[in-house]
Amino acid sequence: MEILLEIIMIPAVLAIIKIVVIVLLFALPLGTFLTLMERKWSAMIQDRVGPNRANIGNFTGHGIMHLAADGLKSIFKEDTMPKGADGFLYLIAPFFGLIAAVATFAIIPIAGPIGDFTFQVTDIEPGLLFIFAITSLSVYGAVLAGTSSNSKFALLGGTRASAQMISYEVFMGLALMGIFMVYGTTRVSGIVDGQNEYWFGSLIPMWGVFTQPLGFVLFFTALVAETKRAPFDAPEGESEIVAGYFLEYSGMRWSAFMLAEYVALVGVASLITTLFFGGYHVPWLHLWESAPQWLVTILQIIKFSVFTLFFCWFQIQLRWTVPKFRFDQTMALGWKKLLPLSLINLFVTAFVILAFA
Amino acid sequence: MTDMTVLQSRSEDASTGEDFSASVMSIEIGPAHPAMHGIVRLTTQLDGELIVGMEAEIGYLHRGFEKESENSKWIQVIPYTDRLNYVSPLLCNIGYSMAVEKLYGIEAPRRAEFTRVIMGEISRITDHLTCLGAVAMEIGAFTFFLWFIKAREYLWELVEEMTGARLTTNWTRFGGNAFDLPDGFLSDLSDRLAKLKEVLTECDKLLTRNKIFIDRVKDVGAISKEDALSYGFTGPMLRACGIPFDVRRADSYSVYDELDFEIPVGSTGDCFDRFLVRMEEIRQSISIIEQAADKMPEGPFMTDERMMHYPDKKDVYGNIEGLIDHFKLVMEGHQPPAGEIYMPTEGGNGEIGFYLVSDGSGDPVRVRMRPPCFNFVAAMPAMTVGHYVADIVPIFGSVNMIGGELDR
Repeated sequence: MEILLEIIMIPAVLAIIKIVVIVLLFALPLGTFLTLMERKWSAMIQDRVGPNRANIGNFTGHGIMHLAADGLKSIFKEDTMPKGADGFLYLIAPFFGLIAAVATFAIIPIAGPIGDFTFQVTDIEPGLLFIFAITSLSVYGAVLAGTSSNSKFALLGGTRASAQMISYEVFMGLALMGIFMVYGTTRVSGIVDGQNEYWFGSLIPMWGVFTQPLGFVLFFTALVAETKRAPFDAPEGESEIVAGYFLEYSGMRWSAFMLAEYVALVGVASLITTLFFGGYHVPWLHLWESAPQWLVTILQIIKFSVFTLFFCWFQIQLRWTVPKFRFDQTMALGWKKLLPLSLINLFVTAFVILAFA
Repeated sequence: MTDMTVLQSRSEDASTGEDFSASVMSIEIGPAHPAMHGIVRLTTQLDGELIVGMEAEIGYLHRGFEKESENSKWIQVIPYTDRLNYVSPLLCNIGYSMAVEKLYGIEAPRRAEFTRVIMGEISRITDHLTCLGAVAMEIGAFTFFLWFIKAREYLWELVEEMTGARLTTNWTRFGGNAFDLPDGFLSDLSDRLAKLKEVLTECDKLLTRNKIFIDRVKDVGAISKEDALSYGFTGPMLRACGIPFDVRRADSYSVYDELDFEIPVGSTGDCFDRFLVRMEEIRQSISIIEQAADKMPEGPFMTDERMMHYPDKKDVYGNIEGLIDHFKLVMEGHQPPAGEIYMPTEGGNGEIGFYLVSDGSGDPVRVRMRPPCFNFVAAMPAMTVGHYVADIVPIFGSVNMIGGELDR
């Protein structure tokens, strides 16, 4: 037993265990579950019933069986490749997006540390710069899928995706620069702990959304555009270019694109929670000084999950409420409105910090 | 190797020797494509995302309506007209029957005409709702599509109540209608219209003033008055350009001259104007239906002229005229006097005209239908060139092409 504990506490082993727990037990299941949640919620918005037919015996579980049915269907579908496609690139493209989406969770803490043990795969010094590096990797998924498919629709989708994602990356970084300045670090644990401070005694927590309200809006917009979800889903453009860059895919590879989208959705929600809504810190919990450690950790996980789910829901709601931008409008919005705004935000933040701190 | 030769060699695919240096890409949109609701093919030339050329190819849904009609009796054509415009079949029923009535030189009783106005306006609303829903869906507002379809469902239930079918209505006859108003129809009607108004208000709040939506449709696919006229536009597409032409007013048929309604017009003829014109026409149609329901006269719903419909059974068995009428109608069918007429009516998309030629026998010599969409699809290149590829979607949506009516 003790030997087992010792093995577990080896940093490398511990990291692997955390990866398995966070990715396989949190990110992927939540991403999968969101596909159902999205279908159910959109059905509610649109006065429909939503998926409710797949069943085992008489058990439908309000449509939860559709997850199993969809998974099985994708596995048994033929994995097609169009004539003239670039074989190797075509085959690996779907996994760039998925890997990038999953890698986001490496630096997100879901609860406060207990002693040396952290609820975070790794707390690296560059922190958020890692996120930027990883999200720019996910561009390759769309670009390679679009260009290697040997299809004109896919090519249009791929070029749209590359232009959009690269542009939005620019001010996604700029929008977050304010956060770095306010909390004085790029390390995620530092930013989260910085948000545990309070203004006016213990009245208002110093959450990112209060210190950087404009930064929050800009960063959220950039992230939604980065994940290519509505209203920024011109790369998919299901009405004019059919499905855009993943038009030619079928079976499990197609599912990898879909799963990547939903995992990225969870990633966006958890990033927003971590950076702008106090991360795992439960506000005003420090007033209860005698709180036992285990209860605090559980409360922290609950708080983190609730906020994450809220922002997942918010993105779903957004998708089913607004029409989508045309591709050139997406670019105009990015370069002409959001980029100047994020620069202004940066200067104002710098000025305030210089003047008052 | 100079820079130029590098460029040259890159622009040629080594394996196929194909030349990729031309900047124009030809792309086939349709015949099977999500945005091509019927079946039509748009061969589009793209420079990047910009459309530089387009050719519309139609005929994928040709079923030989006109030829088929020539091989039928006059009355047997009515079911074929159901299948012309499959989102507003009653308007084609009415148009054809009124054309044959014009050939005969008779009129349907007033009660039949008022009922036709009500059912025709219901169909116009379903037509417009389908079009608006499709436009909204294709620019990403899927929710509104389902809301509009929900509203359309209320009205199709009324159509079902009246005709017994949702699509294959086969409701009008020469000189009247197949059925009178069913019991409780008018009260159902006012309930449904109230629900429809709620949906319209809801959509108005969330869609018509939505910035993204306006950006997508404003100044997209605009066409000038002169071009619209020279292409032969009619209906909402023409009215969106600012010309208040409506067959219901311009060539007042049925009882439309007794009803009070306005003809909404746009100013620029872009997709947004078409959207607004259709929205307003739905409201005007609701008001027409309400007026017609108030004024609904008592009386017969079928003309009492001889040889227009089967005589009553007591006449068939009781007197010689009835027996002969019945025999001749069964054996020879309706026999309109020899001549040719053109009867325009206002359909959902524009002017539905029937050109009929009769030689006095029971068989039509020529049944020609003027489809409103034909002119719109012909103008697709003029409306799309210079816009982005994503604009094909709202433009083609607002054209509201109905394959059945276009290809016949």
